[in-house]
Amino acid sequence: MATVELRFSALPEHVRTARLVAAAVARRAGVDESVLDEVRLAVGEACSRAVGLHRRSGVDDPVRVTLVEQEKRFLIEVGDGVGPEPDAAAKAASGADDTAEDQMGLAVISGLVDDLDVGSDAAGGVIRMSWPVAVHEVSA
Amino acid sequence: MDLSLSTRTVDDRTVVEVGGEIDVYTAPKLREQLVELVNEGHYHLIVDMEGVDFLDSTGLGVLVGGLKRVRAHEGSLRLVCNQERILKIFRITGLTKVFPIHNTVDEAVAATD
Repeated sequence: MATVELRFSALPEHVRTARLVAAAVARRAGVDESVLDEVRLAVGEACSRAVGLHRRSGVDDPVRVTLVEQEKRFLIEVGDGVGPEPDAAAKAASGADDTAEDQMGLAVISGLVDDLDVGSDAAGGVIRMSWPVAVHEVSA
Repeated sequence: MDLSLSTRTVDDRTVVEVGGEIDVYTAPKLREQLVELVNEGHYHLIVDMEGVDFLDSTGLGVLVGGLKRVRAHEGSLRLVCNQERILKIFRITGLTKVFPIHNTVDEAVAATD
């Protein structure tokens, strides 16, 4: 079950909010302090990419961020309403710079996150990332 | 935190002091500043990132764009950064090979190669 779900209009100013929420929930879930910067950056990159895809494709749906606290992993899914990259012609029309930024964003995410999956669901594309959580011993 | 920008001249270099967060929302402001400086004829830029709390790939894209512009005028763009978490992003993307990165503004001003 998702711990926290966030939906936001595809506007650049909301990406920071998504970063802050993800980092706060990750900290609470027990993700190591030293990794929180990576979580923040990876979520920001995934959300920036989704915002760019929505804006270029004219999609009005919100960007979806799902934060799931599991027993040993903290899972983050960032979903867009666009799906796989449009064909080459659409890419060229949308501007090479934007596509290059997308690629750099994905490069940063794959450099940061060991457990990464770029896939899709019924609504569109989904980037799934996870990090280990510290297992605390429960005192009796 | 938003983005703060200020510029000053040291010898023949223009130092752009950046503070706050450079992301998909704020990066356009940095892009405008760099474009404006190049249009005004400032071709040797030093971007001081010591006050930057957050940098993402959009910010990297703006810095690469700035480098492209100054190089068109045989200029230079040097970075000042000591923060490991920011440097890590340059390393992941291989951009440490593209940008000269210095520890201090003085070192960047003195650099010639």
